[in-house]
Amino acid sequence: MRKFNIPHTFELKSIIELFAQWIREGTLKVNADWNRDLKIKFTVQDPCNIARKIESDHIVDDLRFVIKTVVGEENFIDMIPNRSNNFCCGGGGGALQAGHTEQRRAYGKIKFDQIMETGADYVITPCHNCHAQIEDMCHHYGGKYHTVHLWTIICLAMGILGENERTYLGPDLAEHGLEKEDT
Amino acid sequence: MTESIALDALTCELKDEVASRIPDANLDLCLTCGACTGGCPASGQYDMDPRKFLRMLLLGMDDEIVKNPWAWVCTMCGRCVTACPMKINIPKFIFNVRAAWPREKRPKGIRGSCDQHIKSGNAMGVPKEDFVFTIEDVAEEIKEEQPDFSGLNITADRVGAHMVLNQNSREPVTEPDEMSPLWKVLHLTGVDWTYPTVMWGGENYCMFLADDEGWRYIMEEFAHHIEHTIKAKVVVNTE
Repeated sequence: MRKFNIPHTFELKSIIELFAQWIREGTLKVNADWNRDLKIKFTVQDPCNIARKIESDHIVDDLRFVIKTVVGEENFIDMIPNRSNNFCCGGGGGALQAGHTEQRRAYGKIKFDQIMETGADYVITPCHNCHAQIEDMCHHYGGKYHTVHLWTIICLAMGILGENERTYLGPDLAEHGLEKEDT
Repeated sequence: MTESIALDALTCELKDEVASRIPDANLDLCLTCGACTGGCPASGQYDMDPRKFLRMLLLGMDDEIVKNPWAWVCTMCGRCVTACPMKINIPKFIFNVRAAWPREKRPKGIRGSCDQHIKSGNAMGVPKEDFVFTIEDVAEEIKEEQPDFSGLNITADRVGAHMVLNQNSREPVTEPDEMSPLWKVLHLTGVDWTYPTVMWGGENYCMFLADDEGWRYIMEEFAHHIEHTIKAKVVVNTE
């Protein structure tokens, strides 16, 4: 919009900012009780576009606030480095469709090692390209983590994640919370 | 014997062109310190790295730059410019190298997605009617199978909605069940939202293709639809 000076009166927001705002205001009632005993560990991929290409840390801060709220602070492990200093996963800029697969995977090895270092069971990817690339890295390099969208974990924590909505969950969470719907 | 390079005699057409497009990119200020290269995950691919690529530009090696596929391995993630003491905008330089490739020689996958987006409003090339059918179909299923959400209201182009949701088109096309968790959260917060059906795909491969004209067209059509048809106040990106 800025690049082309396209006139507009609407405001542009990231869904992450809204999740954070709704949790703070109490509109979105969610907590980490579900994971208090399970202690499943999560890390997050900071998408370059929200971590580095805007002049503020506010969205990546909101992202951590939302994740810690839904999985528990003690179950969140940051990659190092992170936020604006984070490494790109290698799926951005069209790389997933550019055809240089071998180079894309070599690029992503840094990210894969970073994820493995955290020991996390799940990587939350708030960007579709990151999701595809990080999942591909896991298969290619033989990782054991699972790659999930943020909304999946929010719904899981609220006990409203349906049976069809669990494609990316591992066996540890595939059934979690489902039995409640029968009672 | 090593000879020094006579800088005055160098012709750097590509550099002049790139510099005129991005006057604030500081291309001449490189100290060759390598902070960019040291922290770049694409360093070493195709025997290239950001420092070397910039040196080649400054030395007028235009053909070698535009023939090297490295411009498509770099993701323009911006880590280099953040680390650069001289704030040289390498991602914008890469973008302009991509733009210097003949359009038909740029990667087919990216080009195809850009062309689809211009034609049908999303990179997957899904007709608008199919998109609307998919969201209605998934919504019906949720309403039937999940009694807590029997009041779920999923709409497209609803005039006057406060918020518009810009979603990656791969979700409705290849993994429609990834849309509904977000819908349920939105439902519980009571937010008044709708999907747009013009340029509704949240991705933009014309930007990756360095096709300014296509990129601008997509953005203008989208903005016009939001401003004048739906009249929404907020546009939310799902990523």
